[in-house]
Amino acid sequence: MLEKALIGDRRYWTWIAILFAVMGIAALCYLRQFREGLGITGLSRDVSWGFYIAQFTFLVGVAASAVMVVLPYYLHNYKAFGKITILGEFLAISAVVMCMTFIFVDMGQPFRILNVFLYPSPNSLMFWDTVSLMGYLLLNVLISRITLGAERNSLPPPKWIRPVIILSIPWAVSIHTVTAFLYSGLAARSFWLTAILAPRFLASAFASGPALLILLCLILRKTSNFDAGREPVQKLGMIVTYAMCVNVFFVLMEVFTAFYSRVPDEMAHFQYLYLGLDGKHALVPWMWSSAVIALVSLVMLLNPKTRARESTLAIACIGVFISVWIDKGLGMVVTGFIPNPLGLVTEYSPTLPELGITLGVYAMGLLLVTMFFKIALSIRKSVA
Amino acid sequence: MHDTLKIIIGLVVFLILMTFPLWYNLANGKATYRPEPEVITKSIPGKDKCILPAEQMRVRHLSLLNQWRDSAVRRGVRTYAAGDGRSFEMSLTRTCLDCHSNKDTFCDRCHNYLNVKPYCWGCHLTQQDTVQSR
Amino acid sequence: MNRRDFIKAAGIASLGIAAKPGWDLLAQEALRQTAPLTAKRWAMLIDLKICADKEGCRDCSVVCHRIHNVPDFGNPKDEVKWIWREPFERVFEDQENQFVPENLERSPVLVLCNHCNNPPCVRVCPTQATFKRPGDGIVMMDWHRCIGCRYCVAACPYGSRSFNWRDPRPFIKELQLDFPTRERGVVEKCTFCEERLAKGLIPACVEACKEKALIFGDIEDAESEVRRLLNQRFSIRRKPELGTQPQIYYLV
Repeated sequence: MLEKALIGDRRYWTWIAILFAVMGIAALCYLRQFREGLGITGLSRDVSWGFYIAQFTFLVGVAASAVMVVLPYYLHNYKAFGKITILGEFLAISAVVMCMTFIFVDMGQPFRILNVFLYPSPNSLMFWDTVSLMGYLLLNVLISRITLGAERNSLPPPKWIRPVIILSIPWAVSIHTVTAFLYSGLAARSFWLTAILAPRFLASAFASGPALLILLCLILRKTSNFDAGREPVQKLGMIVTYAMCVNVFFVLMEVFTAFYSRVPDEMAHFQYLYLGLDGKHALVPWMWSSAVIALVSLVMLLNPKTRARESTLAIACIGVFISVWIDKGLGMVVTGFIPNPLGLVTEYSPTLPELGITLGVYAMGLLLVTMFFKIALSIRKSVA
Repeated sequence: MHDTLKIIIGLVVFLILMTFPLWYNLANGKATYRPEPEVITKSIPGKDKCILPAEQMRVRHLSLLNQWRDSAVRRGVRTYAAGDGRSFEMSLTRTCLDCHSNKDTFCDRCHNYLNVKPYCWGCHLTQQDTVQSR
Repeated sequence: MNRRDFIKAAGIASLGIAAKPGWDLLAQEALRQTAPLTAKRWAMLIDLKICADKEGCRDCSVVCHRIHNVPDFGNPKDEVKWIWREPFERVFEDQENQFVPENLERSPVLVLCNHCNNPPCVRVCPTQATFKRPGDGIVMMDWHRCIGCRYCVAACPYGSRSFNWRDPRPFIKELQLDFPTRERGVVEKCTFCEERLAKGLIPACVEACKEKALIFGDIEDAESEVRRLLNQRFSIRRKPELGTQPQIYYLV
């Protein structure tokens, strides 16, 4: 089936060439980072996790969001999602591969990574995160291979794949919960030590993931002959709306607890994010932009007319994606370290090589998405 | 079959390229090269012989060092009882390199020949490192 | 003899052959020059009253960083430090104490790894590269196994751990042969001088302090100086509410 990705028009190959070019630059940046060490990034003694881990956290959410199309279709027979479950699964595969790559580039000694399996540590959430991500990848690869293979032969998929698909539903929830536990179990970082972190992660995942899927469906309608149809896109829009409402609600809950309790430890992080702390305010414009974009997108989504019109729905989805990305991909990880255990504020901003490597990993993910979607749609076209 | 000549020529070229290491080393006389590590050791009272005989050391020094590493670091046990009753401290720098103080002409000889790059030297120090740093 | 019997005999024979070398490997000969220092649980007291009088004193950190080949990168971003001084109100910020005695306010407080009895860093390490020694409670580092994920750095509530963002070798003033350096890409911290304890020596910082502000001993030993002092004077620890059970006590 992979050979279907090698047939394409000029536009397709130009896109692939751009992606490879970005990946090439990223590879050079990574070679430098491997030789010289992670010191070439913006990370420091105080802020030891930054852009890479933040992207990992955000993308685990996108990977988990496949469950939002799989669950209605397989558990509730919502037939309208039938055409796009495969796209959700392929998006999940690409996202999980990106997650694993981001972890790899963040390691100080990446070639020792097998130690995690040679010396399993069940008390460490990172061990469970690795296990659950690998399991989710295997599940999605298996499911997509079997269902797409069956579709190619115009047959229904074999019966045994159904329990596997049902398993992928709680597993999807678990990968993002385990990732949240990575943070929320640390007594040292009061910004993360909150029970609502896992629900927040899931809510933002179910907002940003389906938003991305909507955008991909709309792009596919323009660039290929695949039309998901109006109903799935509208249903996904409703899912994004509800999830975004819950997400914004959860953020406001956090802000209330911090500022009503007036515990200095709790307030400090939100002060840094939204007001600045000790004269340091690098993230303040970003967080307020995220808030404004979130509210505007939410209004556009809640209003039935703007949600029904696909042009405004697309804008709202872009807004949701960007807003959640800023919140999770920029604000969440770094703020755990600010202020540091001794109360000092050390700011963080990614360096150029760091951004280069990040873009390269995203390009790799987009390459996978392009490849997989091309295969799926070619098969659909040849069967029809 | 079609294109017989081209196929045969292609196969011959492929075989020549694939067996390059074998015939090239035979031709320039390097096939019989054996690395000769210089076993220069200081005379240290009580340490007249290595922990194990040379042939055994050649084979076992990898696993021996790994054992020492796990024992010294993870269990805090630093005394090694050799088979013949002698006792040694489990330390690469203080025991092994105390006698074999010439890493460049001893350890590196075989390692370079086999293109082996043990990561031990990234952390564990030799006399040359400390001299250079002054 | 049939094949089955042969295999059984061969199995027993190889067990027998492996027995002697295996036994030798495990045999412990007590041929040490000095007996190592042992304890049920090592702890350290830092007498803030004594430390308070000495402005500008850096004896402990200078010695520690020298004998352990701790690099000096020259900038706070890449900094690696095992033991260092911080102002009182930063170390004990959670006290939110507006009215601290003047001598304490000015006093530098030594901070280092607390060798917690309930260490969160050990709990989160995915490879057990950092582990709590069952014998004496020291939170150890295995630099061979560390993958550099920095989860322990995130989990430590005290900021005691440093990561090697670059190759440390060029940044070490005078390489000491006796202790390995570390590579770029691993986390490091104070190990209570366990290599010195094995040779019967007290930690270098304790030895280096001319004013005897650092007291080291077995906190499970009711007769030790550590216990005697804890009985006589009030002590505080860093962030005790987190349940980490730190073993560095600050005598106020």
